[in-house]
Amino acid sequence: MSEKLIEVKNLTTSFKIGTKYFPAVDDVTFSIKPNEVLALVGESGSGKSATAFSLMGLHRKARIEGEVNFQGQNLLKLNEGKMNKIRGGDLAMIFQDPMTALNPLMKIKQQIVETLKIHNTKSKSDRDKYAVELLDRVGIPRPDRVAEAYPHELSGGMRQRVVIAIAIANRPKLLIADEPTTALDVTIQAQILDLIRELQEDLNSGVLLITHDLGVVAEMADRVAVMYAGQIVEVAPVRELFKNPQHPYTRSLLNSLPSEDMLGKKLHVIQGVVPALNKMDRTGCRFAPRIPWISASAHEENPQLREIADDHFVRCTCYKHFTLEGESRQDVGVEEYQLETGVRGGRAR
Amino acid sequence: MNLLEIKDLKVHYPIKGGFFNTVKDHVKAVDGVSISIPEGTTYGLVGESGSGKTTTGKAVMGLNPVTSGEIYFDGNKLNTKGKSVDVRDDIQMIFQDPYSSLNPRKRVFDIVAEPIRNYHRRSRSELVPEVLRLLERVGLPPGSLYKYPHEFSGGQRQRIGVARAIALNPKLIIADEPVSALDVSVQAQVLNFMQDIQQDMNLTMMFIAHDLGVVRHMCKHIGIMYQGRLVEEGRAEDIFSNPQHIYTKRLIAAIPDTDVDEIESNLAMRQKVKEEYEQNFVDHLDEEGRAFPLQSISETHRVALPVKG
Amino acid sequence: MLKFTIRRLLITFPQLVVLSVLVFIMGSMMPGDALSGLIDPNIPAEAIQARREALGLDNPWYIQYRDWIFAMFQGDFGTSIFHQRPVMDVIGDRLMNTIWLSLFSTVLIYLLGLPLGLISGRYNDSLLDNAITGYTYLGFATPQFIFGLVVLWIFGYNLGWFPTGGSVAPGVAPGSLDYVLSKINHLVLPSFAIALIGLVGTVQYLRSGIIETKQKDFIILARAKGVKESAVYNKHIFRNSILPIAAFFGYEIVALLGGSIFIEMIYSYPGMGRLFVDSISTRDFSVANVLILLYGFMAIVGALLSDIILSIVDPRIRIK
Repeated sequence: MSEKLIEVKNLTTSFKIGTKYFPAVDDVTFSIKPNEVLALVGESGSGKSATAFSLMGLHRKARIEGEVNFQGQNLLKLNEGKMNKIRGGDLAMIFQDPMTALNPLMKIKQQIVETLKIHNTKSKSDRDKYAVELLDRVGIPRPDRVAEAYPHELSGGMRQRVVIAIAIANRPKLLIADEPTTALDVTIQAQILDLIRELQEDLNSGVLLITHDLGVVAEMADRVAVMYAGQIVEVAPVRELFKNPQHPYTRSLLNSLPSEDMLGKKLHVIQGVVPALNKMDRTGCRFAPRIPWISASAHEENPQLREIADDHFVRCTCYKHFTLEGESRQDVGVEEYQLETGVRGGRAR
Repeated sequence: MNLLEIKDLKVHYPIKGGFFNTVKDHVKAVDGVSISIPEGTTYGLVGESGSGKTTTGKAVMGLNPVTSGEIYFDGNKLNTKGKSVDVRDDIQMIFQDPYSSLNPRKRVFDIVAEPIRNYHRRSRSELVPEVLRLLERVGLPPGSLYKYPHEFSGGQRQRIGVARAIALNPKLIIADEPVSALDVSVQAQVLNFMQDIQQDMNLTMMFIAHDLGVVRHMCKHIGIMYQGRLVEEGRAEDIFSNPQHIYTKRLIAAIPDTDVDEIESNLAMRQKVKEEYEQNFVDHLDEEGRAFPLQSISETHRVALPVKG
Repeated sequence: MLKFTIRRLLITFPQLVVLSVLVFIMGSMMPGDALSGLIDPNIPAEAIQARREALGLDNPWYIQYRDWIFAMFQGDFGTSIFHQRPVMDVIGDRLMNTIWLSLFSTVLIYLLGLPLGLISGRYNDSLLDNAITGYTYLGFATPQFIFGLVVLWIFGYNLGWFPTGGSVAPGVAPGSLDYVLSKINHLVLPSFAIALIGLVGTVQYLRSGIIETKQKDFIILARAKGVKESAVYNKHIFRNSILPIAAFFGYEIVALLGGSIFIEMIYSYPGMGRLFVDSISTRDFSVANVLILLYGFMAIVGALLSDIILSIVDPRIRIK
């Protein structure tokens, strides 16, 4: 095992609803190596953004347990002052909505210089110049003029480039990108993804990419962790995950995408809904209520993430018995149905 | 027979300025769009933000003032000055955000019954079975009748929106990004059920979206908009297998694919199209940066190719 | 900016004209005139009539209006029949008093209101916040005259710390240091009475502004940059939350300049509010009309001031 850039152990982040705390992130463990892109995939309410916010220490009113080991220290144990030295420095974040992520009353340059100042990256006299260089680096035309502009004078794509410039200002070792392209048009998305990839290679940094878009995952990630109801249900290298998905949730999700092969057919639908945080049954397999045709005995009592192949982890034993609803395949070995139910071609092109 | 025909639609907004606040210029949100949708089919209108796709839909609904052009519905001109043909109960809209398009203070019953009440005199006892039938139609349990929107998930809310839209048995539905706020698995539910409803009721639909994958799944005919004009229009196969306009090519190449085997070639393709786009983009647009008029290149496929010379 | 200001003033000029005509007509429609209350029954009716004619009170209203406007353009705002002094002199004295009172009240409102709002918004739902918002509800609910009376009773009569009425102690020579100190001493109670009630709006606005702003994405991004919590509040949240208050500043100033009738009555403070009420009850229309025009003009300037302030603090609002 090569060195780990960040190691998250048994992270549990709970929010207070009424008088009780409920875990939105429940015993999550993963690690990222330098130069590696780990995608955290899941639908709303899966806990993927809550995980990112926990790593950055951005939750104001949550109870956080577990360990986040980064550069030899547990981030969860650091005080505010020490955490501020790391946040925006070696650990930086890109946000989802560029339209709201910048302070409307501050010039672009001031917003970049602020982070340079906190982390003492450049001498006072060089900061302004470096801010313009950063804008140039993230592909903003006429960076000297944009530096003097206010956020509302820029388009969404340009603003996201500014947000990225702020994130990479202090050459972070780990970049957390929380749905970085969800709010953008596809052609802009392609440019921003290119940029993130390029910067990541440049800085040799690790990336935690949080997204619900499986297309983005396939293109960007080295490894993928799939989250459902606060837990990681499957982790695998990107190729393995798309070619040979195992957990019923992963497979259902992949099959619900419109694709070339699904033209004229009904899309796969996952029964039921993601349970609300305070109404969730936390015993047994959390996906079980959504695949009721799989018998209870197929599930583990206390489902664990187990390595089923090299670097491929799956939670709960139900994957061995799972067939998509409507398919009548029984008694097939894992080997056999992998061929049948892997991703059915690409998305529409 | 075309249920909806839009002819050379223009929606311009004035920009005011100067000392006397006079009209200085116009924002040409929609600038010469013609679309015909045959009865019982779904037409996909695709474009990025600011392309004018939503403005076009709203103009058909009568929610935007039309600067010029004609909109015919079932042979009747809609945007006639003076006498207006009242077809609002025949045209309904489904909105993007199921969280903000339903009045949070109203119960499902009132939300769904509202359009019926607007057009017909019905007693409450007559309305209840009608609303229940509609809820069943969109797959919501009868128990939803007296609940409030916040008690439902995003997908269920979109169903309520659809129930309201079909309450008056409309002929045309304008669906403005109906699934873009939804999660993938919920999106699949809503898409399936919209297809069902469309077939059962023989609805004609204008499906406005930015997601090409979704549009391809839903629509036989697709129009691509850019800067207020159509740049390409045709059957889904024409657009996806044989895109001609540089903008269409770029749009298609930009979609990330889940096929891990194809990623390298996709990225290479995207890069190639991007270079081509940067080189040839100017040739594909007029001096105002807008598309040229559409020309037919086959019976079904029309492209805004540059005018020679 | 200059262009904008000129245009705004040009646009509002017709409003002032309409206002002045309305005021004038309404004044002349009221029963009685400036002479009716003052006349000694022993004076013969002919003499009164002669006096009326001399003052032009028998002319049709439009002639009177024209004379009035013409005179105003020549700097003659008329003579107060009740006070027997030029209107400008009568208003001038009161205006200075009111300007001082409103200046003191405004400073107090922001000096006390901003910190309270900041604390209340930052630590919302804490004990301290509950105490502050509790006070603001009390302030909203309490009529100003009751509050003014209570303050007067406690600090004026019981404790005797401050004078209970007037704007300056009698017999102090104007211009001396004693005169200034006496003026300030007389201002303390009324301005506190105004400010303690007047700040509740500011506190509430700032509180809700801060609570709204502190969960904005750009605040989270500021924290993600490593900005210290104190700087997050001072640099990012405060400026964004104060926008509605800044936008309201112009109106607030104007409202205070209009004078507070209740407070002026209670503290027998000779300000604009009392002058206005008095001039109407004595049918002294030469004063009342000028006052109304002045209020109208101030309202317009206040709105303009608010717009200009907002365009300075918020770059998204551009004045062309």
